[in-house]
Amino acid sequence: MSRIHVTATVNGDAVEFLADPRDSLLDCLRDQLNLTGSKEGCGTGDCGACSVTVDGTLVCSCLVLGVEAQGKTIETVEGLAKGAELHPLQRKFIEHAALQCGFCTPGILVAAKALLAENPDPTETEIRFWLAGNLCRCTGYDKIIRAVQDAAAEMRGAA
Amino acid sequence: MAKDQTQGYRLIGTRPDRPDGLDKVTGRARYGADISAPGMLHAAVVRSPHAHAKILKIDATKALALPGVKAVITRADLPTGLTGEDWNLQENTLAGEKALYDGHAVAAVAATTKLIAQDAAKLVEVTYEVLPHVTDVDAAMAPGAPVIREGAADHSVPEGMHPNVVRYMDFGHGDMDAGFAAADLVREQSYKTEATHQGYIEPHACMAQMGADDRGEMWVCTQGHWYIRRMTSAVLGIDAAKLRVTPSEIGGGFGGKTTIFMEPLALALSQKAGGRPVKLVMSRSEVLRATGPTASASMDVKLGLKKDGTITAAQVKFRMQGGPYIGSSPVGEALSCAFACYDVPNVMHEGYEVLANRPKAAAYRAPGSPMAAFATESLLDEMCRELGLDPLKVRLKNAAKEGTKSSYGPTYNRIGLVESLEATMAHKNLLAPLGPNQGRGVASGFWFNWGGETSVSLCIGEDGTVTVSVGTPDIGGSRASIALMTAECLGIAYDKVRVNIVETGALGVNEPTHGSRATFASGLAAVEAAKQAMAEMCRRAAAEWDIDAEAVEWRDGAAHPAGPNAGKFPPLSIGEIGAKMGGTGGPISGHHEVTATTHGASFGVHVVDVEVDPETGRTTILRYLVVQDAGTAIHPAYVEGQYQGGAAQGIGWALNEEYVYGADGRLQNTVFLDYRVPVASDLPMIDTVIVEVPNPGHPYGVRGVGETGITPPLPAIANAIHAATGKRIRSLPMSPSKVLAAIKAQG
Repeated sequence: MSRIHVTATVNGDAVEFLADPRDSLLDCLRDQLNLTGSKEGCGTGDCGACSVTVDGTLVCSCLVLGVEAQGKTIETVEGLAKGAELHPLQRKFIEHAALQCGFCTPGILVAAKALLAENPDPTETEIRFWLAGNLCRCTGYDKIIRAVQDAAAEMRGAA
Repeated sequence: MAKDQTQGYRLIGTRPDRPDGLDKVTGRARYGADISAPGMLHAAVVRSPHAHAKILKIDATKALALPGVKAVITRADLPTGLTGEDWNLQENTLAGEKALYDGHAVAAVAATTKLIAQDAAKLVEVTYEVLPHVTDVDAAMAPGAPVIREGAADHSVPEGMHPNVVRYMDFGHGDMDAGFAAADLVREQSYKTEATHQGYIEPHACMAQMGADDRGEMWVCTQGHWYIRRMTSAVLGIDAAKLRVTPSEIGGGFGGKTTIFMEPLALALSQKAGGRPVKLVMSRSEVLRATGPTASASMDVKLGLKKDGTITAAQVKFRMQGGPYIGSSPVGEALSCAFACYDVPNVMHEGYEVLANRPKAAAYRAPGSPMAAFATESLLDEMCRELGLDPLKVRLKNAAKEGTKSSYGPTYNRIGLVESLEATMAHKNLLAPLGPNQGRGVASGFWFNWGGETSVSLCIGEDGTVTVSVGTPDIGGSRASIALMTAECLGIAYDKVRVNIVETGALGVNEPTHGSRATFASGLAAVEAAKQAMAEMCRRAAAEWDIDAEAVEWRDGAAHPAGPNAGKFPPLSIGEIGAKMGGTGGPISGHHEVTATTHGASFGVHVVDVEVDPETGRTTILRYLVVQDAGTAIHPAYVEGQYQGGAAQGIGWALNEEYVYGADGRLQNTVFLDYRVPVASDLPMIDTVIVEVPNPGHPYGVRGVGETGITPPLPAIANAIHAATGKRIRSLPMSPSKVLAAIKAQG
């Protein structure tokens, strides 16, 4: 099957790649663009480790075809920090020990950023339901929720 | 949040940022599937769709004809003549005469792209003769059950048992008849637990390269790369020293990544494809069908209790299946853990290991202990209710302590169960009022902890910074805890120590990060290595000052003259000594290797409050408390994380998770949508109390904290559901439909 030429913007950079029509966006990010921060935990949209935003919408990149990225703006975990300066969520995740193995962390950070863009002051319950599509097997979620709450408070203070 | 206890340490007990934190929040950390190499091929595995089938023929002609396909391997490509566990591992890597479970690997393909490899795998034609199968442990022991493998049993099995029963064991002490006769209440019940999967979010992944000279390189997501080296070299018949195995960052393991599954396939494919590197990454359904899981269990328990709560006698008979090979089920561990929390004068254990057409079980967090606790801690709770006794007071009355002869034989050293129970009884969660349909459950749990083969090296840099090389992959913050202990010992800052996880060529054999041993054993070895380096630095200072080395002492990161008689010299810091070491005798390092045996046993107590919806049977966790003895909490945030994560896995096991097999012997729930692990909205915050009763066998008192936490949730939640509904559920999971059926049942 011949591959299709795709152009998109990823983390602010113009990119182009050739996608097999069967390749997921996750495959293209990881294998074509070498952006391996987004992870494949399930390939069926259940674990959220591949979470990215496409034109601002939070998606599981394993459920989006690579060819669908044509003309779109995509943000991944690699785009969270601004140069050497970490996003408050990234800092708070380290401070709160909100990661153990760290494999789910990229997807959770991307998902949490999308939450705070929509709702800067979420309740614990709102955070838990927003992140219900991001599986973490290590932490029991406690420290993740606290890190998101703390980052949200800091971001509200800075706003 | 637990109050940090300082115990007079400078760094131990603090919560610095973990050294690998930045890599892991930026996406830079490289996990199993994140590496590529020039000329790399991709592999895919052909798996049996049958639970039990003879393999009559494998025809790879069409697959090999597909453009881009470079190699296909079957069992015929692997060496013959292996025995024991090596044979089991080889047979599990690629099926021989028979496929023994749904998902059993039959062949593997390497091709230029992942998609071509997957297409080619579908073109491999396998002709099967389907055989009758059995997946349930009790059914597998019953007369007439299909025989998985004739002659697999060892000499321990009593005559007349079904050939699927492959191991038998019994042990205990005391006088059972007298013990039960002394009881005011004797009760006997049976319990079942289904298999669950470790459920690490990272699927197994590796990249391997090996030429015709048998010299290989592997990049593997694993808890223990020396195990990968030993098992892979055994399965492929090559010298261990010819393999160099580098561990990737690891996306969770929980015991499931202490063994091989498909790693030798990547290496064998590479060799057959002329030495091109081969990457092999499992899908989630492959992970669920063919790796892990834990054993399923069928258990009988009998307990004798006096009216005052004294346990007079305790007896268990456990039957466990761990797949189609002997030695995979943790029946011995389950028996040993069954009554380990208690001082029981009369105790008897019997266990049967049974083969079934299921995947080869792997270790899962405190292997065997959660199932055992579900049975024994449930029955103890039922009897406390019957006698009107406080379940925590009964546990305290019978609690094992220093000097107690354990139920499984050894006499305990200093342990912290009593302290954990007392901390539990003082916790505010016990005062929280409960409403209608709500109930509180408590349970205790145990894990042995482990020491094991450990080799660590430490080097002083020219600027006085320190590099520690360890062989235990960091799954949950062990770089931080080992750096804290090393820096504490050397009297330097935490961030002046870098801990690296190094490959198999760089150290002696290390066991995996398993058994709650990494912080204990690698930490112990790092401290001993640091002491060697300190002694050498004192000798260098002594030479410079021209005094005896015994007249030099190390403190605050520098050599000092010891007392007024040693002479008056300004201290020589680690940086000053490091800067000159090339001219004062050469590089300064330390190295320690040990098979550590001084690990300290771990005990915990959990309290859970649940609400059961009487209309749906759904159980909601309202409040959860974990109290556990850490020995010493080196980095308390990651200790809490282990407690919380263990509790969450136990909650999943108790309420949701199970392997569901169809009548055809195929696993029915092979994706996370159907194999449902707890998500954020299922859980409340998980309260923790870190009890610290230092382990006398570790320089800083570490016990190891990873495993015990998964054990109490199973019975604690069953006990809470009983309190909420008046119904006792004796099989897991306690799914809404099962709880609802119990509520609706008469009586």
